[in-house]
This record gives sequence, C-alpha cells and structure tokens, in this order.
Amino acid sequence: MSGRWSRWIHRWASPPYFYRVSRPWGRAFAVVSFVAIAIGLYGGLWLAPPDFQQGNGFRIIYMHVPSAWMSLFIFVFLAVCGLIGLIWRIKLAHAMASAAAPIGAAFTAITLVTGSLWAKPMWGTFWVWDARLTSELILFFLYLGVIALSRSFENPQTGDRAAAILAIVGAVDVPIIHYSVDWWQTLHQGSIFRGNPFDGHLHTTVAPSMLWPLLVMWLGFMCYFGALVLWRARSEILLRQLDTDWAREAVGAP
Amino acid sequence: MNGLLGAQLRMIYRARGDYLAPVIFYVLVASLFPLALGPSPRLLSLIAPGVIWIDATLASVVAFAGLFRDDHDDGSLEQMLLSPRPLELIVLVRVFAGWVSLSLPLVLLAPLLALWFSFPPPILPVLLVSLVLTTGCLTLLGALGSALTVGLRHSLVLLPVLLLPLATPVLIFGAHAVLLAERGLDPRTPLYVLAALFFLALALIPKATAAALRVALEV
Repeated sequence: MSGRWSRWIHRWASPPYFYRVSRPWGRAFAVVSFVAIAIGLYGGLWLAPPDFQQGNGFRIIYMHVPSAWMSLFIFVFLAVCGLIGLIWRIKLAHAMASAAAPIGAAFTAITLVTGSLWAKPMWGTFWVWDARLTSELILFFLYLGVIALSRSFENPQTGDRAAAILAIVGAVDVPIIHYSVDWWQTLHQGSIFRGNPFDGHLHTTVAPSMLWPLLVMWLGFMCYFGALVLWRARSEILLRQLDTDWAREAVGAP
Repeated sequence: MNGLLGAQLRMIYRARGDYLAPVIFYVLVASLFPLALGPSPRLLSLIAPGVIWIDATLASVVAFAGLFRDDHDDGSLEQMLLSPRPLELIVLVRVFAGWVSLSLPLVLLAPLLALWFSFPPPILPVLLVSLVLTTGCLTLLGALGSALTVGLRHSLVLLPVLLLPLATPVLIFGAHAVLLAERGLDPRTPLYVLAALFFLALALIPKATAAALRVALEV
C-alpha cells in the first residue's frame, strides 16, 4: 500500500509527467468550477429568499464566506506544500506553493473587500476592529510576508525553502492569532456552523434554501483554485526547468 | 555548554556599543508619544500599555535583525553548522545571549517609561512579568526572522513585514495583562496564556530557526 502511494507521489513529482498530466486535470477543474459557480450564483442570487432582517444585502455572503474559507484553506495548503518540499525535497511542491500564495492573498483581499461592502449598510461602517476582520487582515499580511520572502533571494530555491519555513510557522500561528483576537472581543456574526464537527453533530443556523448555494459556491471556488494553481504551477515549472530538454521541447525552443 | 554561553556573552560585552542603539531607539520612540499626543497624564496612562508593547515589539525587530548577520559574514555560521553540537542547541544559546543583551535592557527600562506615562506603581510587577514573557517570545521570533533573512542585503525592511503579523498574539495578551491590572482586574489569564505561548515558541522555534540557517547556507 505504502509502496503504491510513494510511487504515485514520485510519479506526480516528476516535472515532465506533471506538466503533461496537469493540463487535462486543470481543464476538468475549470469546467466543474464554471458550472458550480454558475449554479451557485443562480441559487444564491435568484432562488434563495431574501433574509428577514438583512433583505437582499445578505447575498454577498455567497462571495464572502467561500472566499474566507479559501483564504484559510490555501494557507494550510502552503504549509503542507512547504513540509513536503522541505522533507522530501520535492521541487514541484515548492512550485505549487509559489503558484498558490498570490491566489490565497487574492482570496483574502476579496474577503476583506466584500466584508467591508456588506458592513457599511448592516453595521453602518466599512471597518470595525472586530475579531474576524482583524485576523483576516493579519492573515493578509502573512500572505504578503511569504510572497515577499520567497521573491527576495537571488537563488529561487533558497527563496522557496525560506518561504516554506515561514508558511509552516505561520500556519501554526494562524489559529493562535484567531483565538487571541477572538478573546480580545467580537462584534461579528456568530459562525454559521455551530456544534462540534468531530462528533458528527454539525448544526447550522442557515435555512437549507440559503445554504445549498453557499456549499455549491464553495465547491466552485475550490475547483477554481485547483484549475488556477495547476495552470500557474505549469508555468512555474517551465521557468524553473528551462535548462532541461523536456522544458525546451515543451515551449518549442531549439 | 557553559563555554559556548560564556563566549557569546563575552563577545556581546566587547561589542557593547552595537547593542546600545536599539535601547536608545526604544526610549526615544516612547518619548515621541507625549510630544505627538499632548502631555495629559490621564491620556498617557490610558495608552501606556499599548505604547510600551508596540515600542518593545519594534525595538526587538530592529535589534534582532542582525542576530545572525555577523556570524554569517565572518563565517562562524559555517562553524556552528559543522560543530558536533546540535544546531538547535547553539541557536538556543544564541537566543538566550541575545535576550540578555538586547531584551533585558528593555525590561529594565520599563519602570522609567512607566514613570513618564504616569503609571500606577502597584502594577509594576505585572508590567515586568508580562514584559519578560513578551520579550522572550519576541527574541525567539526575532531569531527566526534573522535566520530567514540572513543572506539578504535589504533585510531591515523585510523583517518587520515577516515578524509583526506573527507577533500579534503576544502583543494582545501582553498589553491586555497590563490593561487589566491597571483597571484593578485579575491579570492572570492573559499572563498564563502568554507563558503558554512562550513555552510553545521555546519548543518549536529553535527547530525552525536551525532549518532556516541550513537553508541560508544552502546545505
């Protein structure tokens, strides 16, 4: 079992194989994400009933909440890629992390902007120093730090590995930041999921007709991330391997 | 072990001029706040915990930027890596020596700042305890940041960008302990959390710092 598993990893970690196989995978992700986002938007913007307190203003959650989930997911993705790259010295993992970091920063920025747009009519102000806003802002700075560090070395491999260490330390710190800021007071809506997800009793306070488009949007965002990260990692890999025969062949260089 | 620590402390003592600048920076920044916000004692004692914490954080970032730079430039970093002692242990000794030389002065000068900001004297022990724990965390984080940027020319601009987001929990709990004490409430909860954060950092960061040093030397 473990032999098949490690063979699978090593095959995927080989840049020429990844370059070849990532193209159909990326396209599949792109198609699924397009369909899911279209259905999710239709469900969220037309089918779901207006909220009894917030009216139609609540519909911005169909962008805001999946973006917020993605911003956290991608930081964990960076740390996992970093661990794989540092432990097994798989360069593809670093290329994936380097491709994913700006996407994560973009999702974090979208979360902040859509949150501010929602807060102006609902809370009467664009920004309050509430726990989740603040920790999302700090997460944004963490992304910028990882990106800045990875690009400031002359040798890109040193930059990759340094950024990987920072991402791992950051991923340990993100929950601590979250709880510390939470402790420091909160005004934000309670989480829409309550209860303990580990004992199978996940409750939600959102009506099903409002919830399903949100989950479909989330699926769409995940696939969108998958498509984009594969596409960006393909060019990263090519740039990093330009001195090899297969990469020259792939770009049609002599 | 003793020899290593003794050598580090001796080296720091001989280059003591270099270690004065962060301390001057710390006192100077604190003195800017009354100039900018006006000398009202009520306002100053209200903002004092925040000011002291931001100031200590900035001074630590400035101070620890160069923790491993001299070792890198004169080649002793290679010697550390070649040494039979584990690199994590050497890092820990280096961090402790750095704390004694760079952070302890900040802690010892805190009563002076408290005086400037008309701080009630009874909460001085809380201020000192939380500053010791805070600077401990910041020293460890600073060592990591210094190791990550050791080979870079423009690290002084990059380092705050890397370290300040990571340091926010320490800032929150440290400043809050003092704020609670100032209002006559029990400051123990944030102090316990701060201590927990310190021991977590003590357990994990030397490992990460050693890894970062290996990356910097490309081994």
